[in-house]
Amino acid sequence: MSEPRLVEVRRNVLKQNDLIARALREQFRAAGVFVVSLVSSPGSGKTMFLEKTLTQLQPRYRVAALVGDLATENDAVRLARSKAPVKQITTGTLCHLEAAMVQTALEGWNLHDMDFLFIENVGNLVCPSSYDLGENLRLVLMSVTEGEDKPLKYPTIFNSADVAVVTKNDLAGAVEFDWEAARASIQAVRPGMKIFRLSGKTGQGMEEYLEFLSEQLAEQRRTALTS
Amino acid sequence: MHELSIAMSIVDAALEEASRRGVQVTGVHLRLGALSGVVKDALLFSYEVACQDTPLEGTTLIVEDVPVVVFCPQCNDQRTLESVQSFTCPECGTPTIDVRKGKELEVFALEVQE
Repeated sequence: MSEPRLVEVRRNVLKQNDLIARALREQFRAAGVFVVSLVSSPGSGKTMFLEKTLTQLQPRYRVAALVGDLATENDAVRLARSKAPVKQITTGTLCHLEAAMVQTALEGWNLHDMDFLFIENVGNLVCPSSYDLGENLRLVLMSVTEGEDKPLKYPTIFNSADVAVVTKNDLAGAVEFDWEAARASIQAVRPGMKIFRLSGKTGQGMEEYLEFLSEQLAEQRRTALTS
Repeated sequence: MHELSIAMSIVDAALEEASRRGVQVTGVHLRLGALSGVVKDALLFSYEVACQDTPLEGTTLIVEDVPVVVFCPQCNDQRTLESVQSFTCPECGTPTIDVRKGKELEVFALEVQE
């Protein structure tokens, strides 16, 4: 038997996901819908935050949401209270969403009927970082109850995100949240990252963040027109 | 943990390349970036599981760790980060998010026997 030899192949392991994500991004662009994904640890207040986002954007925009969860449909039920179209993606044992799941979940929905589409990932700060979902903006959420060094513990997901949202700010005093320390750890893993500090429950800080989303949508449509 | 599904994708990719070339694989070389979101130990364990009952059973996964390389606008050059917890140029301290390497999750070579 001959000696083993090395053959170069250069195959991106996530190529299939990346191809679907690229196709989705192109569809979103063509339909003029701005897509925001949300990642965080379980219990960071993602669903409350998204419910408020959907409710408050609705008077001005057409919004819809896909929600990933391991086993239950509780989140979709909660979000449906906003009256926005919501679809649950139940992942079973899978700890993250993949582009193909988003593609399947979107079947039957007309993207042209939307201004914003939100994709809530499964609560997990590790696995979702590897998968592009075709989104325009990835938000990473951390609540004030989680500790200021969360970004240093999960640098990959914070680095892969575009915007950080610090939630449950109404509890900041009770847990003696050190805002400067949190800001420093976010900036260490993603220098220049935009940070919103808010409370979904009281609504404090929501306005500035919603305004930011409006600007992002307007910007995307401007670019689509000129390209 | 998503390493098992990643390991299965690695096995699929390797088998496809092997059958296309008509070769028998004895080892798979993988480039794994520090920002890939994949844990090496979990992946090595998952690889063995993913290979079971496939022609790759008994083969080795050889992982080459790829550190994060950024472009520093101040130095006008590429720099290797010392840690993924600090995206600043190790030479001059300028913050940067211009990542040039470190996201790899790539089967780059197969060890084969003809």
